[in-house]
Amino acid sequence: MSLHTSHLPKAGTLISALGVSALTFSLAAMAQDDGVERDYQVQLPEPPDGEVTFTPPEESALGDKQYDEMVRLGRDLFVNTQALRGENVFNEQNCSNCHLDAGRLAHSAPMWAAYGVYPAYRGKNDKVNTLSDRIQGCFTYSMNGKPPEKGSEPLVAIQTYMHWMATKAPNNTSLPGRSYPSLEEAAQEPDRERGAEVYANECAVCHGDNGAGQFVGDRTVFPPLWGDGAYNWGAGMHRINTAANFIKANMPLSKPYSLSDQEAWDVAAFVNSHERPQDPRLRNVESVDKAQELFHQHNGVYGQEVDGKRLGDHADYGENPGPNDS
Amino acid sequence: MNKKMLSGLGLLMSAGVYAGTAAALEGDPEQGKQVSATCVACHQADGMGKNNPKAESWPRLAGLPEAYIARQLHDFKSGERKNASMTAFASMLDEQKIADVSAYYAGLEDWPELPTAYHAADPDDAAEWLADRGDWENDKFIPACSQCHGPNGQGVGASFPPLAGQHEAYLKAQLENWRNGKRHNDPNELMAGVANRLDEDQIDMIAEYYATLPERLEARGTQQEEDGQ
Ligand code: HEC
Ligand code: HEC
Ligand code: HEC
Ligand code: HEC
Repeated sequence: MSLHTSHLPKAGTLISALGVSALTFSLAAMAQDDGVERDYQVQLPEPPDGEVTFTPPEESALGDKQYDEMVRLGRDLFVNTQALRGENVFNEQNCSNCHLDAGRLAHSAPMWAAYGVYPAYRGKNDKVNTLSDRIQGCFTYSMNGKPPEKGSEPLVAIQTYMHWMATKAPNNTSLPGRSYPSLEEAAQEPDRERGAEVYANECAVCHGDNGAGQFVGDRTVFPPLWGDGAYNWGAGMHRINTAANFIKANMPLSKPYSLSDQEAWDVAAFVNSHERPQDPRLRNVESVDKAQELFHQHNGVYGQEVDGKRLGDHADYGENPGPNDS
Repeated sequence: MNKKMLSGLGLLMSAGVYAGTAAALEGDPEQGKQVSATCVACHQADGMGKNNPKAESWPRLAGLPEAYIARQLHDFKSGERKNASMTAFASMLDEQKIADVSAYYAGLEDWPELPTAYHAADPDDAAEWLADRGDWENDKFIPACSQCHGPNGQGVGASFPPLAGQHEAYLKAQLENWRNGKRHNDPNELMAGVANRLDEDQIDMIAEYYATLPERLEARGTQQEEDGQ
């Protein structure tokens, strides 16, 4: 089967028939319900073109004040988020797996470019979203976790680390180098089978034939790309376009921009048509159909059929025990 | 490919990378010990090799992954990896002998297991920084060595060999070999790009860093015990 960038799942037609305002309304209504986790992983706006000119400060410039210690703690949690395993993290990921060089690398959704653009209004949930909201979103979805509370030490530490990285960055401005660079529409429809070939040749040596990653002791060296240890069905990385953008600029590790655009699209389609932990928002809606309709009107294959099985049609939330029994 | 090797190799048998490699045979370490009689002059009876700062150094073989050893021997034979001493000796080995001697050296002694716990790199220690954080600025895109060679450079699977405890002059020679084209057998040129983007100072410092890392970690461990940590 092949996947098209602009191909919407079945429910898409239903929604557009109902009209956009109906959708906005239902999401806004849900946002008021504390039980429902909101869609924080919407796509970031396109970053501006142009040369990357901002450089974050060096760690050697840190002193030993309380602020500096908090920066260090945030750095530790960012590169070794597994320290929060079982509390806030329920997969094998670290923040730095998708935000390379400890969140410093341009075109790898760097933290210095994110700091000054929050709070930001988002039509999707009709609210002003804060930086804490955005970080909590990556915990809920990318880390398949439970977000640390606002004001808690892990969240304060990560925000302090970001604040420090953004030293002298202009405020409230989207900087070149933010997010992952957007690829052009694929020339041919992204194809899972061509992607499988790219994967075997270029990726399996690190991420493994079965996408399960590789470990030394309990340290993740090559993160799992699908299965229980991976990002869940709500994470931004599960969108084929977002993954293609990330992959083109950052993978294979040490060889950025070595894949053709088509290869990046194809391998992203392949990686993202595998099972992964359930979208946690399904806990609050009655069915996969409903979750698909509400949360998956984008370039992903959640709820679609691949090899005779419907993706996401299961109650496997990975290791995440859910909100009630912690 | 036999079953035992497959599971040992884990997941790295990516078709493209290994296409063209002759199917490996089951290695017999007993037979391999006999084959090793021709190797000991350089790699030493205990397989630990030798650092020869002024002349060619002989790498430690004991405890390298079996599949890694076998592939290097094939590559010396085929000329993908060039070294006068090794081309001669590898060419004397047939498929079975390669399998046997690889099994022998892989099982001779385990590569030291080093701590895996997270340890924040010291920004004032340039070598540790390169090893654990890399050198990304100015589009250099050099990942941390540990991102491919594992925590404390102790190796990952059979594609990413251990660096910690390997001889300094040998490590340095390899980084230079990639730069001057004598070695181009790494899977998908994953190592070649990294070696090419390093500068001479970084090569000197990182070779010394990894060669001496096990001793320093041990000293650090002992110190912590004395401090009651
Ligand atoms: C599985 C990959 C993945 C992991 C792990 C991950 N993120 Fe993200 N993160 C993303 C993606 C994808 C985006 C959105 C990028 C886009 O749409 O271009 C993002 C965006 C962000 C943003 C907003 C960036 C901006 O410019 O607005 C912040 C802040 C962030 N992540 C913080 C974190 C933190 C903190 C962690 C660890 C707790 C983390 N992320 C872990 C994938 C990940
Ligand atoms: C040399 C080893 C290596 C190769 C080859 C490689 N990766 Fe990665 N990949 C990594 C590492 C290491 C990370 C984590 C990055 C970090 O922590 O700096 C990563 C992260 C990722 C992520 C982030 C998602 C997550 O869940 O953490 C994706 C997606 C990904 N790789 C896809 C690919 C694809 C697709 C290919 C092949 C085109 C590929 N990788 C090739 C080593 C590799
Ligand atoms: C005359 C000395 C000499 C003899 C004898 C010798 N070697 Fe070597 N070997 C070397 C040198 C020198 C190197 C490093 C080559 C280079 O720089 O690429 C090496 C490298 C190797 C490597 C690569 C190690 C790595 O980490 O990549 C393997 C495997 C190896 N030898 C196996 C053998 C075996 C098996 C024999 C016996 C059949 C043997 N050698 C005999 C000198 C020798
Ligand atoms: C993107 C992955 C990657 C990174 C990052 C990386 N390496 Fe490697 N390295 C490899 C691979 C793969 C090999 C094995 C090559 C082969 O099979 O012939 C290798 C082999 C080596 C060898 C030869 C070992 C031997 O026994 O012959 C040395 C030395 C080495 N690397 C040093 C380094 C240093 C120093 C760094 C950090 C500056 C580093 N590597 C970073 C992938 C990487």
